[in-house]
Amino acid sequence: MSALNSKPVRYLLQVINYTVFMALIWYFSTSPSVRLIGENESLLTIAFAHAGELREPCRKLSQQELMKLPPNMRKPEDCPRERSPITVEARLDGELVYSETMQPPGLFNDGSVDIYFSKKISAGKHRLEIRMDDSVRNPGFDYVFERELSIEPAHILLIEFDPLQGFILI
Amino acid sequence: MLVNPVKRVYLALESWFNISFGTEWNPLYHLGTLSFFLFWVILITGIYLFIPFHGSIDGAHASVEYITHQQWYAGGVMRSLHRYASDAVVVTILLHMFKEFASGRYRGFRWFSWVTGVPNLWVVVTLGITGYWLVWDEMAQYIAIGSARLVDALPLLPGAMTRNFVAGEMTDRFFILIEFLHLLGQPLVLAFMLWLHVKRLSDVKINPPRGLAVGTLLALLALSLYKPALSHAPADLTKMPEVIHLDWFYLNIYPLLDIWTEGQVWIFTLGITWLLMMLPWLPPKKDGPKAVVDLAHCNGCELCFDDCPFDAITVQARTDGMKFDKEVVVNPELCAACGICAGSCPSSNPFRSRNEELKTGIDMPQLPVDKMRSQTREAIAALSGETKILVYGCEHGLNVSRLEDDETKGVRLICSGMLPPTLVEYALKNGADGVMVTGCRHNDCYYRFGNRWVKARFAGERKPILRGRADRNRIRVHGAAETDKNEVERDLDEFRAELAKLKQAEATAAENDGAGGNS
Repeated sequence: MSALNSKPVRYLLQVINYTVFMALIWYFSTSPSVRLIGENESLLTIAFAHAGELREPCRKLSQQELMKLPPNMRKPEDCPRERSPITVEARLDGELVYSETMQPPGLFNDGSVDIYFSKKISAGKHRLEIRMDDSVRNPGFDYVFERELSIEPAHILLIEFDPLQGFILI
Repeated sequence: MLVNPVKRVYLALESWFNISFGTEWNPLYHLGTLSFFLFWVILITGIYLFIPFHGSIDGAHASVEYITHQQWYAGGVMRSLHRYASDAVVVTILLHMFKEFASGRYRGFRWFSWVTGVPNLWVVVTLGITGYWLVWDEMAQYIAIGSARLVDALPLLPGAMTRNFVAGEMTDRFFILIEFLHLLGQPLVLAFMLWLHVKRLSDVKINPPRGLAVGTLLALLALSLYKPALSHAPADLTKMPEVIHLDWFYLNIYPLLDIWTEGQVWIFTLGITWLLMMLPWLPPKKDGPKAVVDLAHCNGCELCFDDCPFDAITVQARTDGMKFDKEVVVNPELCAACGICAGSCPSSNPFRSRNEELKTGIDMPQLPVDKMRSQTREAIAALSGETKILVYGCEHGLNVSRLEDDETKGVRLICSGMLPPTLVEYALKNGADGVMVTGCRHNDCYYRFGNRWVKARFAGERKPILRGRADRNRIRVHGAAETDKNEVERDLDEFRAELAKLKQAEATAAENDGAGGNS
């Protein structure tokens, strides 16, 4: 015990303790590493924001109804704000990989819906089909995207949507 | 006596560090101040790094690379110190929690410090996460998307935050938000939480011993030079990072997203947090009766106010019409029921009221000073043999009844700090050859300052002092944990041998005096 209490021994023990502490910090600050994607894998991502069609069509107001309104509020059409839910389906090589129906957010259910879907897929050639129904007034899917694709390992296959162009491959 | 296995592990670790660092520099006794010191290192290096940092999608990674490689001797070292000190602070916080848990210092009156301490870990972790985002490398991309997924799983925000991290969607405004959080918002929250955490303590120290601070800094510096902190490749939202060298101190939650849903990860992390927060009540612990002031015996000297480790005593103007200016008041909400105040009260003098009840200015209902005196008398009366030693101990250190034999008797106090120095003098005058005071290990008092005050009072450095007429050779102080019985017994044997020699020398001197007188 007395030998352990001598200053040189104590300093040596401190150096050992600090070394162990720093080794612990160094190791866990970078290790063990995490493999996020397999060597022959890539990522399919569908990401976009879209507002569904209005649930009810705009209605033309009658002359009588217009006259009841204050002069500054006499808009000829009454458009209910509530929008349709959005249904998106994605099939990869014929297999359904994503299917979701989302209600529009907001107090009046009039907001746009954010869609984000991501899935690891094998690299190489695939057939991708995406369909979206954004109107309760038009039965069936309003937008359809079908494409034969080839994707390289570790790449992100990103699909976005534009109301004018439909689904876009980025 | 059984010591729970968790505490046994902690005490073994503490013993090892006492051998390596001594009781003054033992890092386990300074985990709080060591964390503060690491925060200073993080702050100073962070300020340096912020100057050349460019907060933009294109500039962030490039500026960090410049700092790391072009300016390796200054910026690179600063970056590594910033990172490794941040990692070290997680270790010191976790050890701090482990220590308090293992020692049972998280329940009863300590619930407030525990409950306000647990969220600090999460504040520190989120601070680290935003720090890693700023580098905007592949790891930042990984944790940004992971964090966004977790946020999206909460029904708090409309929209998908994750969508911000697809190619073409991100803007430089993202960096303004993260910079604000990392440089101002989160540090301010942390500073407030730390203030709250120590609010119920008196005489709070924020600096570790200089030797420990220098040693820690040198170790961090050595690691920074040997293994400088590096970035991953720049973030590329069109590509998936393949391998991430994760900082497990901060980012350990993200790999869970690969095996669990976001909701499950939230339930897991919030569940652990809730469990940690609830620990003080699993099961609840009832503190002993709180200290009681007896104004008839209080002269308002404020010694108890100075000695209270938990700021439970306040001083106010006299209310009972006595000639003194002040009186003390105990706040039962803050009182730990340690009795240190009773030990500091000059009225706790056993030489007063010898034949009637001893009353003092501030006392513990469960163990009044009068009872301490009568227990002392009884213990001395039970002593026999050549060298009679009375041992005072506390409820949280070694149980002194385990040391008892014919020549050794023990008196157990709530805390060694509740021992009035005059009671030691009283014991020596009334038949004890020697007095040993144990209590928790030095610098590790369950009630923070008990054994420190004992040493200072005996050394004459703190009032009430042990008077000069008490023979210091007959007094021994040996801090001891529950597992230190063998060491204390060894010291007790040495003490007994010294006392025997002393007795012999005194007897010889008395004989010589007698012989001189006869001649």
